[in-house]
Amino acid sequence: MTFELALRAPELTGAGHGRDDTANHRLAVVGLTASYGRSPAITEVSLSLESRSVTAFIGPSGCGKSTLLRTFNRLHEVTPGARVTGAVRLDGIDLYDPRVDPVTVRRRIGMVFQRPNPFPTLSIRDNVLAGIRLQYRRLRPSGADELVEAMLTAVGLWDEVKDCLGRPGISLSGGQQQRLCIARVIAVAPDVILMDEPCSSLDPVSTAAIEELMVNLGRDYTVVVVTHNLQQAARVSRKTAFFTVAGAGEPGRLVEYGDTAGLFSAPSKAQTADYLAGRFG
Amino acid sequence: MKPADTLLTPRPARERVRDASARSAVTVAGLIGLVALAGVAVFLGVEGWPGLTARTGLPLQAANFWALAWPLAFGSFWAAVLGLGLAVPVAIGVALAQTWYVPRWAGRFLGATFDILAAIPSVVYGLWGLMIIAPRLAPVYAWLGAHLSWCPLFAGPPSASGRTILTAALVLAVMVLPVMAALCREVFAQTPRTTVEAALALGATRWEVIRLAVWPTGKAGVVSGAMLGFGRAVGETMVTAMVISPAPFLVGFGLINSTNPNTIAAFIAQTFPESHGVEVATLLALGLVLFVITFVVNVVARRIVRATGGRV
Ligand SMILES: Nc1ncnc2c1ncn2[C@@H]1O[C@H](COP(=O)(O)OP(=O)(O)O)[C@@H](O)[C@H]1O
Ligand SMILES: [Mg+2]
Repeated sequence: MTFELALRAPELTGAGHGRDDTANHRLAVVGLTASYGRSPAITEVSLSLESRSVTAFIGPSGCGKSTLLRTFNRLHEVTPGARVTGAVRLDGIDLYDPRVDPVTVRRRIGMVFQRPNPFPTLSIRDNVLAGIRLQYRRLRPSGADELVEAMLTAVGLWDEVKDCLGRPGISLSGGQQQRLCIARVIAVAPDVILMDEPCSSLDPVSTAAIEELMVNLGRDYTVVVVTHNLQQAARVSRKTAFFTVAGAGEPGRLVEYGDTAGLFSAPSKAQTADYLAGRFG
Repeated sequence: MKPADTLLTPRPARERVRDASARSAVTVAGLIGLVALAGVAVFLGVEGWPGLTARTGLPLQAANFWALAWPLAFGSFWAAVLGLGLAVPVAIGVALAQTWYVPRWAGRFLGATFDILAAIPSVVYGLWGLMIIAPRLAPVYAWLGAHLSWCPLFAGPPSASGRTILTAALVLAVMVLPVMAALCREVFAQTPRTTVEAALALGATRWEVIRLAVWPTGKAGVVSGAMLGFGRAVGETMVTAMVISPAPFLVGFGLINSTNPNTIAAFIAQTFPESHGVEVATLLALGLVLFVITFVVNVVARRIVRATGGRV
């Protein structure tokens, strides 16, 4: 597929910029609690994400899925009063080690948000290149054009926008904007890609396109997808983590984590079974 | 089921009246503003007409109106531009610091301090410039004159009293800073959270977040703040009247010598008490010129913002 071609060919992504194809980036969460002020939003989470696969986070609204995801790229701490205890290890190094710079973490761990958020004043092309430019990576003169084409092809947007790369990113439809945001993330070849309900503001056709993209990304990247759509989790992920929350003001907890197929067909906890059966949440 | 003919019955009268009255209130408010603005312009035009066309009896024995008006208009514009040139970068810096760099309590403290600065009457600023700033700047001007006189801006001889257009501009800058900083702070604080997070998540440093998210969306507001500052600086009377010792009919860019252009506002204030007949008409016409300058600068600035779009 064009997608794999685009991601795998180093001559397309520029020397020194293409990702190491053999890398397997593991993310391990150990005893993690994330709070806003004094109240923990999610507590005591320990799990290990498989490399080169999609992991889904599911659970009722307010159980702390977004909060947990945002601790993985150290975006949680941007909220005033937000705190994190425990560890998140990327390839064995704790991201919360005092020597680790959060900016470096975010350059290695990309994120796609619930609402598409291309930079409103940048063109489609400049949106794709925004991350590269931030990281001062050198591109061959023609490298930028090739990269833009490769990334937009990878997200299935190239044919739709190749004649209007100078138009503002926000002039696209919601689904196109979200794909542009994914192109922006994979352009920097991150180790891990985090997605927080990336389809929740999109129509069914766009959702299908993004789901296909997730499956493809999972071949090369360590991908985490938060979703409220159980069918989506079942379709795209290899492993699934189910979280829940006892009530308002209570912290969310990890209930069950395992192979998606097993978790959906034979959940080991009653809470999971109830949730999957639509009995709460 | 409601009968289909409810589509044809008018909405309750009360609802329509309220809607209509809100609309007329807003329209009237807008019209009052327009009428007041036009009224001032018409008044200045009609009353100033004799001054615009007079050949004799003008203040300073000027040959005609434009010989008098051009140097003063230049002085007003130049002083305001210099003042803004000094104030805008500081206002932006202060606002960015308040919204992005210092802890919240420190930002609030800074904001409160600036609000006090805004409440000081301009005559006090004038005194401050005249008695405190000017004498302290005199040695600086002497140094600039000695070392940078090759640059036309610093052409000598430097003013010994320090009462130059640069001193006035500095005082103007301090005077317009608070309101500009407050406006910039508001627009920077309004940066969409989603855009900021997009930048952060790509690994942007704080400065890069500002470049990528805060500045592009806040730029237009900064220009608005600058225009507010320009309006105040270009019309400011006391500061320039007290600080500058003007040379009549002078048009010059020199910042540090003792021959400085006067400004329209200061000239009106200084000349009005001993004016009669044509002289008064001339001053009113000068007022119209000031009005036009402010208006044109505003329009041009807005054009520039629109034309540059997301860049800069
Ligand atoms: N910025 C915030 N400040 C304070 N509390 C927050 C903030 N964001 C989320 N929370 C709280 O944290 C809990 C988890 O929220 P979230 O992580 O968004 O859940 P989910 O993504 O699973 O719906 C909720 O109780 C929510 O009210
Ligand atoms: Mg969420």
